[in-house]
Amino acid sequence: MSGGTLDRRAVVAGLLRDRGELLVVSGLGSPSYDVMAAGDHDLNYYLWAAMGSAMTVGLGLAAAQPHRPVLVVTGDGEALMGFGALATIALRKPKNLSIVILDNGHFGETGMQPSHAGRGIEFTRVAEACGFPAVALVTEREGIAPLRRRVHAMEALNLAVVKIEAVNLPRALPPRDGVYVKNRFRMALGHRPS
Amino acid sequence: MAPDPAAPAQAWRQDVFDVLKAAGVKHVVYVPDAGHSTAIRLAEADPEIQAVVLTTEEEGIGYLAGAWLGGERGALLMQSSGVGNCINTLGLAACARFPLLMVVTMRGDWAEFNQHQNPMGQATEAALKLMGAMVWRADEPRDVAPLLRGAATMAFEGDGLCALLLGQRLIGEKEWVK
Repeated sequence: MSGGTLDRRAVVAGLLRDRGELLVVSGLGSPSYDVMAAGDHDLNYYLWAAMGSAMTVGLGLAAAQPHRPVLVVTGDGEALMGFGALATIALRKPKNLSIVILDNGHFGETGMQPSHAGRGIEFTRVAEACGFPAVALVTEREGIAPLRRRVHAMEALNLAVVKIEAVNLPRALPPRDGVYVKNRFRMALGHRPS
Repeated sequence: MAPDPAAPAQAWRQDVFDVLKAAGVKHVVYVPDAGHSTAIRLAEADPEIQAVVLTTEEEGIGYLAGAWLGGERGALLMQSSGVGNCINTLGLAACARFPLLMVVTMRGDWAEFNQHQNPMGQATEAALKLMGAMVWRADEPRDVAPLLRGAATMAFEGDGLCALLLGQRLIGEKEWVK
């Protein structure tokens, strides 16, 4: 199944509603714009590069902050570059980590070339094969509220693939100063810049 | 024959772990190498340290950035070949000035039997420096602890990319024909 029909901005806004203690990491490109469009927040870390790193940043954050829910919002293209991270994360199984892959089946940022996900690779099956304790495929709007509850429940490592429409929306650009974003995140958790 | 970690000339293997522990490292992330086996074993056995095996070295850069966002320190252990895998991802640490402490066991460096290790081994130090890392090199056992301590200071107190290379003369020749 290549992508889907859901509106990515509505999906992410729904996931980030009443976010409470939630820590968010977003993958480069459109997922970062989606998270930004839902409202900038001190406890967001937006990746602008290092493609393939969103899930591993989330893993390290979840390990250091085990009492807070951590949500990684990334795309199918970004997640493909960090494919091995699914195996690394599956071994650790942090209960407070949720990974949401917004799957439009395309590399949206570079001209909408069909991705591996759009050509038949299903991340849900990969995650299941790796041993993720909870895996969900979301194709309908009604699936977002239960997914948001799983993110906050911190009961098990979980991964959801949300099938979104393959369209490029107007960009909502997060701050690009990595030092600023890093330090405001740390300070919001009560840590000094360094 | 594998080096005896109890021999005085092998004490540096314990030093690597002891320095990381004393520096407040709570996460040891690694792609295994024989030269790191003592540090990996001790990290896996330490209840205060999360030891995380990676499928590829650049995962460690993301992981340690996340741990730092959450307020904790870590270190990445890898072989010189893994430095090549890290190049693009080092930009994350460089641009956002995440502390990144790397301990790198060298191949293709001295007395290398496998010539296929040589291109990356010879490029390791220059590649790290091209990406903005500060690099130190230990070939003598007595240099490992002070150099690693200094690198940890400049990583965690100065938000630096810091790599200590452990030379093949330090680690010892790999025995290929047994």
